[in-house]
Amino acid sequence: MTEALVLKPKDYKSRVTPIWCPGCGHHAVLNALTKAMVALGKNKDETVMVSGIGCSSRLPAYIDSYGFHGVHGRGLAVAQGLKVARPDLTVVAMGGDGDGFSIGGNHFLHACRRNIDLTYIAMDNEVYGMTKGQASPTTPMDWDHSKLTPHGPGLRPFKPAAIALSAGAPWIARGYSGNPNQMAKLISEAMEFPGFSFIHVLSQCITYCPEQTDWKQVVHETEAEVVTDMAQAATLFLAEDGMQTGLLFRQQRPCWPPPAQAPQHNAIAVLAKSLRA
Amino acid sequence: MKRWLRSLTNICCVVAFHLGGFTIMAVLNNLQATGGELAIAITGAGGAGVISCGELILRGWARKGGRGMLRKSFGPQIRGGESAALLVLSSNECYTAATHYQLVLALDWINFDRFEDEIQVSSDTLVICDSNDTVPGSIVASGATVRDLSFEQLSKQAHPEGRANMFAVGMLAAELGLSPGDLCQLAEQKLAGKDQAYIEAAHASIVNGYDHPLHCDLKRPAVGDTDSWCVSGNQAVGFGALQAGVRFVAAYPITPASDALEWMAGGLEMAGGQLVQAEDELAAINMCLGAAFGGVPSFTATSGPGLALMTESIGLAVASETPVCILNVMRGGPSTGIPTKSEQSDLDIALHGLHGDAPHLVLAPTDIADCVSTTEWAVQLAQHLQTAAIILTDQFIAQSTGIVSPPVNSQWQAPQSTDVASEQQDYQRYQLTESGVSPRAAPGDPGRRFTADGLEHNEAGTPSARASDHSQQLDKRRRKLASVDFGNNWADIAGGGELGLISFGSTTAAVKRAAQQLADEGIAVTTVALRLLAPLQITALDTALSACNVAIVVEQNHSAQLFYYLRGCCDLAKTVHSVARAGPVPISAEEICASVREVMQA
Repeated sequence: MTEALVLKPKDYKSRVTPIWCPGCGHHAVLNALTKAMVALGKNKDETVMVSGIGCSSRLPAYIDSYGFHGVHGRGLAVAQGLKVARPDLTVVAMGGDGDGFSIGGNHFLHACRRNIDLTYIAMDNEVYGMTKGQASPTTPMDWDHSKLTPHGPGLRPFKPAAIALSAGAPWIARGYSGNPNQMAKLISEAMEFPGFSFIHVLSQCITYCPEQTDWKQVVHETEAEVVTDMAQAATLFLAEDGMQTGLLFRQQRPCWPPPAQAPQHNAIAVLAKSLRA
Repeated sequence: MKRWLRSLTNICCVVAFHLGGFTIMAVLNNLQATGGELAIAITGAGGAGVISCGELILRGWARKGGRGMLRKSFGPQIRGGESAALLVLSSNECYTAATHYQLVLALDWINFDRFEDEIQVSSDTLVICDSNDTVPGSIVASGATVRDLSFEQLSKQAHPEGRANMFAVGMLAAELGLSPGDLCQLAEQKLAGKDQAYIEAAHASIVNGYDHPLHCDLKRPAVGDTDSWCVSGNQAVGFGALQAGVRFVAAYPITPASDALEWMAGGLEMAGGQLVQAEDELAAINMCLGAAFGGVPSFTATSGPGLALMTESIGLAVASETPVCILNVMRGGPSTGIPTKSEQSDLDIALHGLHGDAPHLVLAPTDIADCVSTTEWAVQLAQHLQTAAIILTDQFIAQSTGIVSPPVNSQWQAPQSTDVASEQQDYQRYQLTESGVSPRAAPGDPGRRFTADGLEHNEAGTPSARASDHSQQLDKRRRKLASVDFGNNWADIAGGGELGLISFGSTTAAVKRAAQQLADEGIAVTTVALRLLAPLQITALDTALSACNVAIVVEQNHSAQLFYYLRGCCDLAKTVHSVARAGPVPISAEEICASVREVMQA
C-alpha cells in the first residue's frame, strides 16, 4: 500500500503551529496546498516548498515535506536552482506580494521567462504584513492606512497576471482564500502542469486591510474557457478587475533547461588534457 | 607634422634601422634578459590581435619546454581601446609582472600612453613599431632603441589578407627559436571555425614573419620540461571546481570573472552538470543555494560589485548550513573602480561583509597552478563544513595565462564523522554535535524532512528566537570551523630567517622573489603565503613566525586590509610593518626589497 492512499490533508502538515493571525487568508492556502498534495498523492520526501520572507513565506515550515525558507525576495531563485539541479523533485515556490513583486520582482520576471517546471504561489494581500502594514506594489493608490505613505502610495498597482503573461509565463491562474476548494484544484493542476505555473492568490489580511473582507462580494469565478492565445490574454489581463478567479491562461511551451547530458566518460581527464600545453 | 616628429624620434633614439642592417648587432648586443627572464610587451589597439599574438608565442614556448606567463592588460573598450600582451618568458614558475621590458613590439601606438605605468622601457629596450606611426614621447624620452618596420606592408606581401599580428608571431618565433610549423598549428587551433582563407592568411603571415627575423640577439631563458599546463587562473579555478565535484553553476557576467564561468560552461556540459545564466548576482547565489540544498555541489564566480550583492545570501548559506563556493576575482575598487585591473582590496568584504555573526571560509590561491588545488580544497571544505567558502583571486592571477607544472590535488581528506547520525524518527538537521557538523540530508532522502532556514532555529530547524537556541547554533557554527583540522594547507611557508614576509594571492610571487634577492644580500627571510584566510590559523601562524623578530605584511590595496586583520586577530610578539599599495600596477620584488631595507635600517 502506498503512502498516498492513506494520507489525509492534515498528514501533510508539520507539527509547527502557524504564526498567522486568526482570519488570515494564508491558512486557507495552507489547507488548499495539503489537499492538492493529497489529490496528487505527493511523496513528502520528494516535494520541496521554497519561500522568501514575509508572513506567507512562513508556510514551508508548516508542511511536512522538505523546505527552504530563504531571504527576502529570493525564493524563486532558490527554487529554480533546486529544480535545475534536481529535476526529479516537485518544487513549489511561494511568497507574498512584497516578496515577489517588489524586492523579488526581477526574479519573478525571469522565472516566467525561463519556464522551469515548478509552481509559484503568490499570496497577495496588498500589504507588507510582517513589518506591520506598509503599502506594497499591489496596494490601491489611495490606501492611506500606512504611516509610511499617509496619503496613500499614489502609484498605480501592479497587475501580476499581466506582468507574468508578458514575461512569458505559460500557465496563469488566480485563486481566492475564501474559496479553498477551487484553490486546491488550481494548485494541483499547477503542480501537474509541465512548466512554470503561476497562481496569484487573493489572500486577505484582516489585520492591516480589514476592508478585504469585502472581497467575497466582488470575487467571481471565470466562466469563460481558459485563454490560450497571448494577445487575447493580454486584452483580458489589462481590462479585467483583477477579481476573477480560475485558470486564466495556458499555453504549452517547452520547459527549460533541456535535461543534462549524461556525463562524458573520463570528463575530468579530458578537460585536464585540454589544459595541457 | 607627423613626419617631422618621427624624424626627431629617430635622431633621439640613436638610429633608425632597416631590416637585417648590420649596424644593428653592435647596438643590440646589450639586449640581454636579466635573471634568466625575458620580458616582451606586445601592444596595440583593442582588436589588433596582440593578445592572440602573445598567446601563440606563449604556447609555442611551452611546447619547447619553456616556462612563462602572459598577462593581459586592457582598457575598458572592447574594440578600439588599448590592449597589451605582457609576456614573461623564464626558466622557473615564480611569475611576477616584469619591471623592465627587453622588447616592446607595438603593432600601433593607439592609446599607448595609458600603459606608461605598466610597461617600463629604458635605453636597454628595443622597440619595434610600425613605420606609419608616431612614436610616443615617453618612448623617445626613455632612450630606447626604436626600429620601425612596415608591419602592415610586410604582412600583406605574403598574402593579401595577411595580418600584422600573425607576422609578429612569426618574427618573434624566429627570435625565440620556435618552430614556425608549431605556431601555424597552434594558430589553426586558435582560429578553428574561421574560414579557410583566413587561416591560410594567418599561416602565410607567420611564415613570412619567420623569414624576417629581428637579429637582435635576445637572450633566451633555459628551457626544460615539456610536461606542463598552459592555463589561466580563471580556468584553473574552474577546473579545480569541476574536479572537486561541482555540478551546478549559476553565472552572472562580470569582469574579470566571466571567463571562469565561460570555461566552466563547456566543462559542466561534459561532466553532466548544469549552468544557469542568472538575471543578477542575487539570483546567482540563491540558485546555487537551491542546487546545494538539493545535494549538488554548487559554484558561482563574481567580482567585487557582485560579491557585495551576494553577501546577504552568503549569510543565508552560513545560517542554513548550505555549502556553496564563490570565486571572487578582485579588481580595482570601490564601486565600479577599475574593472579590468588587479587589486587585493576585497579582503575586508570577504572576511567581514556578512551581517550578524557568520563564520565562513575565505581562501586564496597563491598562484595560477594553486588555483586548481585551492579551489578543490574550498569545495571539499564547504561540503564537509556545510557553509560558504569564498575563494579570493585577483585579476593578475585570474586572467594571466601561465605555463605551469601539472597541478597537484588538494591533499586534504575530510575527517570521517564520529557523530552518530540521528535515528530517522527524530532526525534533526541542526543537531548539536561535538564537531559542530550535523548529519546532512537532501530532498529525496526518506524520512529526514526538514525546512532549511535563515531564521535562527532550534536543532530541528524550527524558527526560534530563544536565547538558548541562538547561542547554541552560533556556537555550533563557529565550532565546526574551529575544530576541523586544516592540515598544512593553510599556508605555504619557506625559509627560516628572522624577517617574516606575509602575503596572499598574487603578491606572493613578488614576495618569494624578494626573499631570493634579500638572501643574496645576506638577509634571511621566512615567507608565509596565507591560503586559508578565514578561519585564520592563529597558532600555526605564530609558530611559523617564531624565528622572526620582524614581520612585514605585503598586499596590494590602499588600506592595509591584511595587516589590520592580522593585527586584530594575532598577538604577534614582534614588530609588524605594512607594505600596502593599491593597484593597478603590480607590486614588484624590488619595491618589497626597498621597504625591507628601510625597515632593517630603522
